[in-house]
Amino acid sequence: MNTKNIIIVGVGGQGTLLTSRILGGLAQGAGYDVKLSEVHGMAQRGGSVVTFVRYGDKVDEPIVEEGHADVIIAFERLEAMRYAHFLKKDGILIVNDYRIDPMPVVIGAAKYPEDILGTLSQQYRVYAADATSLAKEMGNPRVFNLIVLGLASRYMDFSQEEWEDVIRKTVPRSAVDINLKAFRAGKSI
Amino acid sequence: MQESVLMLGNAAIARGAYEAGVKVASAYPGTPSTEISECLVQYAQDLYCEWAPNEKVAAEVAIGANLAGVRAMACMKHVGFNVAADPAYTVSYMGVNGGLLFVVADDPGLYSSQNEQDTRMVARAAKLPVLEPADSREAKEYTKMAFELSVAYDRPFVLRTTTRLAHSQSFVALEPRVVPEDRPYSRNPAKNVMMPGNAKGRHAAVEERMRELAAAADTMPINTVEWGDTKIGVITAGIPYLYVKEALPEASVLKLGMVHPLPKGLISEFASKVEKLYIVEELDPLIEEQVRSWGISCIGKEAFTLLGEYSANMLREALLGEKTQAKPAEGAPNRPPILCPGCPHRSTYEVLRKLKIHAAGDIGCYTLGAVAPLGVVDTTVCMGSGISSLHGMEKAKGRDYIKDWVAVIGDSTFLHTGINSLLNMVYNQSTGTVLILDNSTTGMTGHQDHAATGKTLQGKTVPAVDLVELLKGMGVPWVRVVDVFDHPALSGAVKEAQDFEGVSVIIAQSPCVLLSKVKRPFYRFLPDKCKKCKACLGPGCPAITVGEDGVITSDETLCSGCGLCFGLCKFGAIELAG
Repeated sequence: MNTKNIIIVGVGGQGTLLTSRILGGLAQGAGYDVKLSEVHGMAQRGGSVVTFVRYGDKVDEPIVEEGHADVIIAFERLEAMRYAHFLKKDGILIVNDYRIDPMPVVIGAAKYPEDILGTLSQQYRVYAADATSLAKEMGNPRVFNLIVLGLASRYMDFSQEEWEDVIRKTVPRSAVDINLKAFRAGKSI
Repeated sequence: MQESVLMLGNAAIARGAYEAGVKVASAYPGTPSTEISECLVQYAQDLYCEWAPNEKVAAEVAIGANLAGVRAMACMKHVGFNVAADPAYTVSYMGVNGGLLFVVADDPGLYSSQNEQDTRMVARAAKLPVLEPADSREAKEYTKMAFELSVAYDRPFVLRTTTRLAHSQSFVALEPRVVPEDRPYSRNPAKNVMMPGNAKGRHAAVEERMRELAAAADTMPINTVEWGDTKIGVITAGIPYLYVKEALPEASVLKLGMVHPLPKGLISEFASKVEKLYIVEELDPLIEEQVRSWGISCIGKEAFTLLGEYSANMLREALLGEKTQAKPAEGAPNRPPILCPGCPHRSTYEVLRKLKIHAAGDIGCYTLGAVAPLGVVDTTVCMGSGISSLHGMEKAKGRDYIKDWVAVIGDSTFLHTGINSLLNMVYNQSTGTVLILDNSTTGMTGHQDHAATGKTLQGKTVPAVDLVELLKGMGVPWVRVVDVFDHPALSGAVKEAQDFEGVSVIIAQSPCVLLSKVKRPFYRFLPDKCKKCKACLGPGCPAITVGEDGVITSDETLCSGCGLCFGLCKFGAIELAG
C-alpha cells in the first residue's frame, strides 16, 4: 500500500500525543510499517503543536510534507487554518469547531481570523463538529479529542473493532469507558 | 521471532544501553534528550541511572564508572555538552576501560533550545568519534555498537541525535541484555592521570587511534552504499538520509553511520562513480568540508541551508527544481508557547512588571517572561547566566545602575550552575537581588526531580537540599521565602531586597501548576459587573479571552483556579465557581 499521511494539529496540552499514539497503534495492528513524529518540550507550553503519523508497506521519513497529507485532524480552528496547506488536493480536514485565542490575539496585537471553516471549505473537504461542547455535556471536557477521532474514523479504513481495541490499549485503564463513549459519540455525529 | 515495538528514538537508545549491558547512566534533563533517562528507569533492576545536577557531573560519573570497568553513559542536549566539555575533551585523551558513551541531542529548527549548534563539530574538536542513527532501529543498534567500538579502539564515543530522531517513533526489535564481563582495573597513571607529561603521550595515542578508526571506517557495515542511478550521488547521514530516500528514491546514496572520522577511501570511490555529488547534512558542513579538503568536488551548502531542519520537499526543490504548490494561508496569527494557566511564574512576573523591574533571565519555562504582555525578562544566555550577568552589570556600573534589576532562576537551574554564580556574587561583595523561582521541579523538560525535591530518578525518597540553609552556608546575608501568589508579601520582599546593601535572595515558592493532582475550582466572569478596565488581562492568562463584543470571559477547561485574575479585579466581576 502507498504510504498514508495523517497530521494531528492543535494547541500544546490538547492531547495530540495520545491521539497520534492511537493512530500509530491502529496502523501497527493492521500490520503496516509505521512512523510517528511528535513535539515535546517548549512547544508543548500552549504553542502550536503538530504531530505526524505515516503508515504503509515501507515508510522512510517520519514527517509529512506540505501538500502530501491524506487527513488532517485539527483540535482548534486556527490550527486547522495554519496547517491546511499540508493537505493533498482531495485530502480531508477534520476540525474541532473550537477557538482558543493565541497570545497575540489576547493582547490585541492580532485578530482571530473570521469564518475559518467557510474559507477552508472552499478548498478542502472539511468535516467539523464542536467536540469540546459535546465533551462538556458528557461531563469530561478533556475527552473532546476522542470525539474528534470518532468523527475522523468515518473517513478512514479501519473497523470499529480495530479502533476500540487500540483505544482500550492506549488510554489509562480508569478512563477506557469515557473515552470509548466519546469515540462512539464522535462516530455518530 | 523477535518482538517488534514502536518506540521513540530516545526509548530505543535506552533499550540499546540496556541490551549493551550498560551498568551506570547519568544525565541532566534537556529537550530533546530527557526521555532516554526516563525510559532507562524501567530497567533499574539491572542498571543504575540517575539525574545529576548538571552535565559536567553526569559525564564525570560515567567516566568513573567506565574506569571501574563497566559500560557507562551520560546523556544530554547539545548545549549540555558544552557544560560537559571540560571532562569530555580530556577523557578523550585517557580513552576507556569498561566503555564510555556520550549521547548528545541536537536541536535543528530550535524547537526547545537557545542555539542551533552542531555537536559533530564539538566532537570533532574533542577528537571523539561520532555515530549518527536515522531511526529508532538504528538508534538502538548504534548505541550497542558504540560500546563495542569504544572498547575496541580505546575511544569514548558520541551518539549524536536530533530532535526529529529523538521524538519520532518507529519499529525496534527487542533483544536480550548481554552484559560483558567487567574489565579489571589496574593503576595506570600514564593513561589516567592527565598532567602535562602524561597528556603529551596520550595526545599521540589519540591521533593514532583516530587514524586506525578512519581506516576501519572504509569497511564498517554502518557506512553503506546503496547503488541506484549514478547521475546523482548523495552522501548523507542520520535523519536527512530519510529525506533523501523520500525525495530521490532512484539516486545512489552513501549513508554514513559514523560521521567522524570519515571513510576517505569509501567516499573517494563513491565520488568517482557518480556524475554529480551532493552532500546532504543538516546544520554545519562537517562532511562537506572534509570531502572538499580531499580535492573531491561536490555540492553542499551552496544548495542547502545552514539553518534549521531539512525536508524531502526542500530537497526536491533544490535538486529537481520541483517547487511545492502548497502555500500557508495568509493572516493566521502566530501561536508562540506561553506560560500555562495557573503558572506560578506568571504571578511572580505580574509583581515584577508592576514594580517596573528588569530581569536577567535564565533557562526554563520562566524564559517565557520575556514575551508580551509580561515583558519582564531582558536577557537570557545559558544555564546559570542570569545571576552572573547581573553581577557583571553591577561591577561595570555600580549598584544604582541595577537598582531596578533582579536575576531570576529556577530551582533546578540554580542547582545546575546558578549556585556557582551566586557564590561569586557573595565572594566578590556584589549588591543585587536574585529570585529563585522554586516550583519544586525541572519544569520545561517535563517534570524531573532534582536534589531539592527529595526524590531520585528512580522514585526513591531521599533528604532534600534545604535551599535556605544552603544559602546561609554560602554566606548570603539576606534571604526570604515568599509564596508567589501572596502579592503584597512578594512585592514587599522585592522592595526590601532592593534597599539591602549586599546580596539578597528571595525564594519565590509555589509548585508547578501541572504537578497539582487536586482538582481546583475555576473562576467565572460576571459581565454585568465588569467595567472592562482589562486589569485581569495584564498578566496574559490564556484562560481569559475577550469576545468579538468586548465581553471578557474565562475558559473553564483551561482555568486552573490560581486566582491571579480574581486578585486583580477591583469590581467584583470575577467569582469562584465549580
